[in-house]
Amino acid sequence: MKHLNIEQKRPRIAVFDFTGCEGCELQLANKEETLGAFLDAIEVINYREVSSEKGDNYDVALIDGAITRPDEIERLKAIREKAKVLVAMGSCACFGGVTKLKNAYNLDEANREVYGDCPKETIPTMAVGDVVTVDLKLPGCPVSKDEVERVVQHLVWDLPLPTYAYPVCLQCKQRYTVCRFDMGELCLGPITRAGCNAPCPAGGLGCWGCRGPAENPNYEEFFALAKEKGFSEQEVKDRLAFFGGFEDVL
Amino acid sequence: MLFKILSKDGFRSLVEIILQSNEIIAPKKIGTKADGDPIHQFLPVTSFEEMDLDYRTTEYSAKTYFLPYRENLCTFDFEADDWEQKIAYRMQPRAIIGLRAFDINALTKLDKVFSKGRFPSPYYISRRKNTFIVGIDREPLEDEFCQSIGADIVTHGFDLFMTDLGDRYFVAVDSDRGFNLLNRVDVREVTDEDTQAYKEVRKRIQNGFKTKINLSNLPNLLDLEFTSEVWKKWGDKCLSCGSCAMVCPTCYCYGVSEEVSMDFKEGARVKQLYSCNLLDFARVAGGHNFRPDQETRLKYRYYHQHRGFLEDYDEPKCVGCNRCGRVCLAGISPAAVIRDLYEENV
Repeated sequence: MKHLNIEQKRPRIAVFDFTGCEGCELQLANKEETLGAFLDAIEVINYREVSSEKGDNYDVALIDGAITRPDEIERLKAIREKAKVLVAMGSCACFGGVTKLKNAYNLDEANREVYGDCPKETIPTMAVGDVVTVDLKLPGCPVSKDEVERVVQHLVWDLPLPTYAYPVCLQCKQRYTVCRFDMGELCLGPITRAGCNAPCPAGGLGCWGCRGPAENPNYEEFFALAKEKGFSEQEVKDRLAFFGGFEDVL
Repeated sequence: MLFKILSKDGFRSLVEIILQSNEIIAPKKIGTKADGDPIHQFLPVTSFEEMDLDYRTTEYSAKTYFLPYRENLCTFDFEADDWEQKIAYRMQPRAIIGLRAFDINALTKLDKVFSKGRFPSPYYISRRKNTFIVGIDREPLEDEFCQSIGADIVTHGFDLFMTDLGDRYFVAVDSDRGFNLLNRVDVREVTDEDTQAYKEVRKRIQNGFKTKINLSNLPNLLDLEFTSEVWKKWGDKCLSCGSCAMVCPTCYCYGVSEEVSMDFKEGARVKQLYSCNLLDFARVAGGHNFRPDQETRLKYRYYHQHRGFLEDYDEPKCVGCNRCGRVCLAGISPAAVIRDLYEENV
């Protein structure tokens, strides 16, 4: 397709799910107002939630979920070999996500708790980047469809990818949201990377840090202010551990 | 200045007349904080009752109605080999009721930049000219230092400015449209008794300021203290979150980016307010960051407020509302930072 006299590239995209709720994949099929245009702009090679196509001649692989089983390592490595661009999509793929919480427990115990008498083969949860080289990370639980669209636009027209160095607070304030700390709640907004447009605080829930840390966050001051506002160290640590993005500071 | 006396019923009628054909933005109670304090915001109201002119403060200024956090400067339609640019900045007239003197002074500062500056902004001018402003006086909060700045009294930049005399309002009229509107309701001339009552209320307000900052020689002091440890002391606390600039009634720094629709048929040039405290505020092409440290960024915020703006416009940019001090989770407040500079507290 030619547009503005430019031959428009049509990236060949495949979506693969690993351990997670598959919600990020579902998110790709959301935002109906632009879904048609989104699917027009790409060639779907492999994406089980929207198509029965099962090809392997893709250029871009979007990876949903964390790595928690040995067979997933092999499968991911095979995808990496085929993909020119590999995108870790969502907090599980980027950080390990919620499933990473099991790493704090004895694995056999965790296995028994979940699967009872039918244990499954399991390994400590890893982020996609712990196993293969990741070209692009799109953290968030779920991934922001807007950001995926920006990635597609980048691939099609070489439009610059938006980056967010600053924390959630800025976008939160731009929505006229009442600070969750004023409501007596804990919020990771001051240290979490923006880009989500702060839907949780706007909806009445303090930030849980699903996008991981902003660039060079001021942890020291954040811990001090959380303490001063009456939140226990454990409470703050539990919150930071939830999506796995703040491992460096735990 | 022309002064009139407006009865409380007359004010109610005035609001109802505006509401018949225009949107009104006014302080509205939207909730209660954990500590029991009410939360007010400048929001559209649909009835007189929804307004709460007895509000103490709003966490956010009314800036967004003049400088939206995000606005399209223009849009593009791509068609075949060509494209068309569309610019639209006309807006429906509306009224903002309940601005304090310092918030109106904030607008007159923005006027200097966006209406009377070297590069006037049609987007700002359109909003400003089409906004009818009714201000109201009240006794200051403990942490407000607008008196020190000289922003506690307002003499222009509004249509009507009211002082509550108990059973009536003492109204300063600063525009013909304000005068005309006032004449449609129960209004009368000012008597000596009214003037006396007004002066007493003003005296009470003037004597109510508890927080004072020393502004004499501050621009020079800022130059002398460029390498002061005070910047590190406060900069170390800064979360670089930009909340201060977002709630500030005068912070106007912004970034511009371009977006394309998913079908690649439309584009938009988007302006978004930014903050000098954000880590990448001074990051340029190639990756160099001119202000990589928190303390440098914080320092330059104060330089713009109390030195740079003064160079250009002969007054500080700050109006002393202390919204930034209140919103800051790290507890950085202008009064404390400036006091430390004077007293060399490090």
